[in-house]
Amino acid sequence: MTTWPILSVVTFLPVIGAVLIYFARGDDEAARRNARWIALWTTLITFAVSLILVWRFDAATADFQFVEKANWLASGITYHMGVDGISLPFVILTTALMPFCIIASWKSVTSRVREYMMAFLFLETLMVGTFSALDLVLFYLFFEGGLIPMFLIIGVWGGPRRVYASFKFFLYTLLGSVLMLLAIMALYWNAGTTDIPTLMHTAVPRSLQTWAWLAFFASFAVKMPMWPVHTWLPDAHVEAPTAGSVILAAILLKMGGYGFLRFSLPMFPLASHDFAPLIFSLSVIAIVYTSLVALMQEDVKKLIAYSSVAHMGFVTMGIFAGTTQGIAGGVFQMVSHGIVSGALFLCVGIVYDRMHTREIAAYGGLVNRMPLYAMAFMVFTMANVGLPGTSGFVGEFMTLLGTFKVSVPTATFATLGVILSAAYALWLYRKVVFGALTKPSLASIKDLTPRECLTLLPLVFLTILFGVYPKPVLDMSAASVQQLVNNYNAAVTAVKAAALVAQ
Amino acid sequence: MSFSSAGYQLLPVLPELVLAVGAMALLMLGAYRGEGTTRLVTTLAVVLLVVTGALELMLPAGKLTTFGGSFVVDDFARFLKVLAIIGSAATLILSTEFLSDPSRRIFEYSILVLLSTLGMMVLISAADLIMLYLGLELMSLALYVVAASNRDNAKSTEAGLKYFVLGALSSGMLLYGASLIYGFTGTVDFAGIAAAVKSGSVGIVFGIVFLLAGLCFKVSAVPFHMWTPDVYEGAPTPVTAFFASAPKVAALAVFTRVTLTAFPGIVPQWQQILVFVAIASMALGSFAAIGQKNIKRLMAYSSIGHMGFALVGLASGTVEGAQGVLIYIAIYVAMTLGSFAVILTMKRNGQPVEQISDFAGLSRTNPMLAFFFAMLLFSLAGIPPLAGFFAKWYVFVAAIKAGLFTLAVIGVLTSVVGAFYYLTIVKLMYFDEPAGQIEPMRIELRTVLAVAGIFNIFFFVYPGPLVSVATAAAKSLF
Repeated sequence: MTTWPILSVVTFLPVIGAVLIYFARGDDEAARRNARWIALWTTLITFAVSLILVWRFDAATADFQFVEKANWLASGITYHMGVDGISLPFVILTTALMPFCIIASWKSVTSRVREYMMAFLFLETLMVGTFSALDLVLFYLFFEGGLIPMFLIIGVWGGPRRVYASFKFFLYTLLGSVLMLLAIMALYWNAGTTDIPTLMHTAVPRSLQTWAWLAFFASFAVKMPMWPVHTWLPDAHVEAPTAGSVILAAILLKMGGYGFLRFSLPMFPLASHDFAPLIFSLSVIAIVYTSLVALMQEDVKKLIAYSSVAHMGFVTMGIFAGTTQGIAGGVFQMVSHGIVSGALFLCVGIVYDRMHTREIAAYGGLVNRMPLYAMAFMVFTMANVGLPGTSGFVGEFMTLLGTFKVSVPTATFATLGVILSAAYALWLYRKVVFGALTKPSLASIKDLTPRECLTLLPLVFLTILFGVYPKPVLDMSAASVQQLVNNYNAAVTAVKAAALVAQ
Repeated sequence: MSFSSAGYQLLPVLPELVLAVGAMALLMLGAYRGEGTTRLVTTLAVVLLVVTGALELMLPAGKLTTFGGSFVVDDFARFLKVLAIIGSAATLILSTEFLSDPSRRIFEYSILVLLSTLGMMVLISAADLIMLYLGLELMSLALYVVAASNRDNAKSTEAGLKYFVLGALSSGMLLYGASLIYGFTGTVDFAGIAAAVKSGSVGIVFGIVFLLAGLCFKVSAVPFHMWTPDVYEGAPTPVTAFFASAPKVAALAVFTRVTLTAFPGIVPQWQQILVFVAIASMALGSFAAIGQKNIKRLMAYSSIGHMGFALVGLASGTVEGAQGVLIYIAIYVAMTLGSFAVILTMKRNGQPVEQISDFAGLSRTNPMLAFFFAMLLFSLAGIPPLAGFFAKWYVFVAAIKAGLFTLAVIGVLTSVVGAFYYLTIVKLMYFDEPAGQIEPMRIELRTVLAVAGIFNIFFFVYPGPLVSVATAAAKSLF
């Protein structure tokens, strides 16, 4: 079918861009401009190539496609790449959002532009690799490797408390991941391979399932992040530069959810079933508690960060419901949240570039001077609330629907979160955009520039498109989700049947 | 039979002979021509090491023994000897600047390094307790002198003396352990001991404890690590680089060979010792490094921690474990040499600066240097995709297979603590404002850093060769 390793090209193309930037030496204005343009073109070309994946993707099958395999570490640990309906949306999400990040940093990043662009391009490679790796060791390599550029992005180009935030981000995530590494090793000795498709069809003993599930959970729960290990996220978000926040919210958080879908559910179905009540409780606490915390925030970015935690609560809840609607909803919610939260952080970045503050109290009445901005911000706020007609609604509704089948109390309490999210999001919008424009510092604030319109407009379009027509994303993942659900149910019912026979 | 001519053939020791004779010839050269020949002697010493390494690789394949079986050349020995030679040669290259100072033109330095390397090679090939002791003492005696080679510096002299006194003590313990083992088994030969020891009697266990105590001192594993920070800090920096690389290779080699070939029948007996030592080293290496202000002391604690990680592989007592140790030490040597090339570069106004705070803002003043050092630090912390991650992967994968779950969990958790202090240096270099210009990097330091750095960054692209060589080497022990 494919004659060239298209997935590897998508993965490693950004590295080539980074190398080009490295060779564009100098620190004058010309060199900076070169770095920006090279980065932009690299991300655009990467996106274009990744669209070929969509075009050639066969949504009817649940198998992995565009598979590449080569010898690597040892027997059983290979360079194995491929995507299915669950990973492809995330690959596209990553490649699609990168150009926006580059454009958003066009003016706001002025120091060490070359290094900044190189860090982002390396990060893109690592993110795409995470979603398309079909070998656990390779996955871990990409998954953890992302820490290095992100650490530097927060630490070098971040806000006043960047050192604290970057260390917290790095060490928190590392702590969760090293336990997963040990579980990967245990799986390796259990099956003799770390090949993901093989492991999906290898029965894992019950006790190992429990321990391995917990170890993977430690990593993904931190990455997701789930309550109570979410505290690194608000700090990281607040201190990161705008594009860093966008990547963090839109893609890095999704690695946790992707990990649950790719590993926890298919490889440890019994443990997943056993621990589902735990996940439900944590998700509901996350949804309700972090929404309440969001209500109390004085910093725009922090508010959005807490709302991300709440929205990820819907995702974990939907995934571990183990129903078709729940899992498909989880995937959709992640894609939607990737677009919406990314866009919200871009919106914050736009006013931050003008006013250099993120205090909610410093704003008010922006609609008078910035009608276009108010318009775009409203669409994303509504999507964040989950208003029908925006993409946020579809994901939340489907996860709630899927959970309702399994656990009515969970779904009931989670629905509270929908109301609370309306409360904080609308409150934020009211404080920042509406009201009289009384603050003298805002009197001369300018509306969106064409460059900023360029970053927001496509995202507005996608938010509404997926709100009224979610079919493209749902269709893409349908077959894979269905297979995942079937295998999960088969494993769980087999054990239940065995237990009955034993009685 | 054992006195047949085959038992005393000299081919297996040819590289050692060449090294010994060459070192003596260089000694003559230096002694007759005076201190003006320091540079020449150093250059020739590097050449001699390269020749020795090449000879080692050209020896006939398979297992060669001589001296009645007390000296063995197998894949394991070849791998580690070449590694020790690389470490020594790189150290000599790193020492060029140190030796070019008019007050320190000591040609004996290179010769002592050569003799120490000879000791290491004997140690790596030792297959009985007597050969082991010979190699160990030859290596150590040369090291004691090298540590004090900065003659006019009180700290350097103190380092040498401290190392000597504590080293002599540890040699005593090792000898005592060896005598107990001889007493209870009636042989000094590793294979003979293995045949005699089927169960762990109290005498044997006592002997093992003392023997391992002596070896732990050489690899600077807790609780025999106390000398390390002081000696690392006091010794001239190139010497510290030497201490951190080649002798560690040899000491780990003999550690591995003794435990796996002399006591394979009583793995649980020494396994618990190693588990304790590994956990203590990893924990101390991680926690104690946090408070350090001097980069050389920090590297000392870092090397204590890394020896702990390497011993995790050995503690599993399997072929995978031995393979893990070999890969770990190879990658560790590369990371250490690269890091010391950076530390040696840190000079302001002709004076070396050793405080960690001196690294502030290095990414602004020397972007390439800072980048390579940052990558080395991330690698030391074990972050993928750098080489240090694979080192940890192989030792922990062996521990998991051997069922040492507690050890593995504690190990990875301490590696997170360890990541903190490596990150602190990255933070200084990248997040903080420059603390002033440093002198341009010398060409030989550049070379060492570039080779170590590129190996470290690109190891993941093609890990096959090192892994397969290490596998073959590990299998030759079993």
